Amino acid sequence: MTTMKTSLAPARVPGREAIAAKGWLSAHKWLLLRRASQLGLLLLFALGPWLGVWIVKGTLTSSLTLDTLPLTDPFFLLQSLAAGHLPYREALIGAVIVIAFYLVVGGRIYCAWICPMNIVTDTAAWLRRRLNLQGGRAPSPTTRYWLLGAILLASFASGTLAWEWINPVSLLHRGLLFGFGAAWAIILGVFLYDLLIATKGWCGHLCPMGATYSLLNFSGVPKVSALRREACDDCLDCYAVCPEPQVIRPALKGEGSPIIASNNCTHCGRCIDVCAQDVFQMTTRFHHRRDGHEQGTDHTAARFGGGGVRPVH
Amino acid sequence: MQLAAAGGAALAGLGLGVHAKQASALPAYAVRPPGALHEPEFLGACVRCGLCVRDCPYNTLKLSAFGDGVAPGTPFFVPRTVACEMCPDIPCVKACPTGALDHALEDINSARMGLAVLIDHETCLNFNGLRCDVCYRVCPLIDKAITLDMQRNQRTGKHAMFLPVVHSDACTGCGKCEHACVLETAAIKVLPRAQAKGELGHHYRLGWEEKARAGHSLLPDKVLELPVRRPGDGS
Repeated sequence: MTTMKTSLAPARVPGREAIAAKGWLSAHKWLLLRRASQLGLLLLFALGPWLGVWIVKGTLTSSLTLDTLPLTDPFFLLQSLAAGHLPYREALIGAVIVIAFYLVVGGRIYCAWICPMNIVTDTAAWLRRRLNLQGGRAPSPTTRYWLLGAILLASFASGTLAWEWINPVSLLHRGLLFGFGAAWAIILGVFLYDLLIATKGWCGHLCPMGATYSLLNFSGVPKVSALRREACDDCLDCYAVCPEPQVIRPALKGEGSPIIASNNCTHCGRCIDVCAQDVFQMTTRFHHRRDGHEQGTDHTAARFGGGGVRPVH
Repeated sequence: MQLAAAGGAALAGLGLGVHAKQASALPAYAVRPPGALHEPEFLGACVRCGLCVRDCPYNTLKLSAFGDGVAPGTPFFVPRTVACEMCPDIPCVKACPTGALDHALEDINSARMGLAVLIDHETCLNFNGLRCDVCYRVCPLIDKAITLDMQRNQRTGKHAMFLPVVHSDACTGCGKCEHACVLETAAIKVLPRAQAKGELGHHYRLGWEEKARAGHSLLPDKVLELPVRRPGDGS
């Protein structure tokens, strides 16, 4: 049975040591960059309806940039295909461009750098740490893949884009650009779920969009690496802030490559921010250790739990 | 743990599928943009991007918000509030990247967004013998989609009534008539065509059409010889 309690002992605030060691700005560098990316993108979409400056038109599900570049979210395309509709070439080309982009930068970059729900769930996680809320229960991180499958089946059976009746990601993004209606209730529901019931429950365990993007997250070039893992003093701050804490351990405590290879790393870089010892760095998948020791070819095994998959080099 | 994950996901999928099935009918007050596929196909084709709404020059189209009664994120308009202006270049259809709005629609007069129905004869001013005619006058396809049918006013016995009649072969469902109806609540309403139209049994043949097609009566000269019976002749 799970119980909700707030501990009386003062909570350790992840990142406080990093602020003391590096200064506030350095200890929030990646967080600020991500917020700039998320809000900047939102602003690009909003410039049209707010100021009549039409750079990007549409929403994250499908958009047209400068009246020429079509972009379509692969998760929406999947649902539509499952529902039995083959879209026009514009949407297909848009999806190919998006897929190609995420194959280069890494699929779950979307979750940390673009998705507007990230701000909501980050806030819930932050508040949960600040209030020192414990207990609750998170479902298995694989639930999202089952959910993705169930959604595609439901789309097939109902002939509609099944997830779009409740998808908080598109409801939030569309709500900001076209009006919320009662969508705020769904967003609030996710916030409360993450705050009170499941730590990092939505983005880390349930979201089928994140699941789709994690399937595209095997060849991205930017990679977070525990380059100076020997300096780790086991303060656990990185685990506390990571939306997918299970991805850190193989790189930080393992014998192999220090590159975080899991396809669920969102490349948010928050572990880099909060580490007072500067263990982590944003590198590329081709990065070799400074001491000249060959690295970077064995992390594929860690990603897929070992064996049989050739590195994408 | 895996079992719970799979089970939970299956339940969620089931719930969503069932909800999608029972919520997939368009409410009677809402109309889809020109060229929209039939509602069941539309809901599988529209990716909820809003590009058609952005390209509607008259801000007629709205993107449904959660709780609007229309599938969230899909485009619609409410004719009583604002009607389709029937742009000849149909920018909303051109904007659609998926084909939920069919690019095959090139002539806006061929659009079939819905069908106007003069649903309440009791309050329609023309049915009460007045010459309101507003729905008829605002119709972009005046005298094709809506005509005035002159009939004798049985109540006064000496006046005419001009009854608006909608013709489904020409009505685009733009909603101008419903928008302009002067009543507190419109007597003429644009309904989804599936709700407005009846359907004849497929085995029915209309004799006069068959006759026109063949160029002559399809009956032999003498089909039946019926006896002539008059009252009182005792037979």
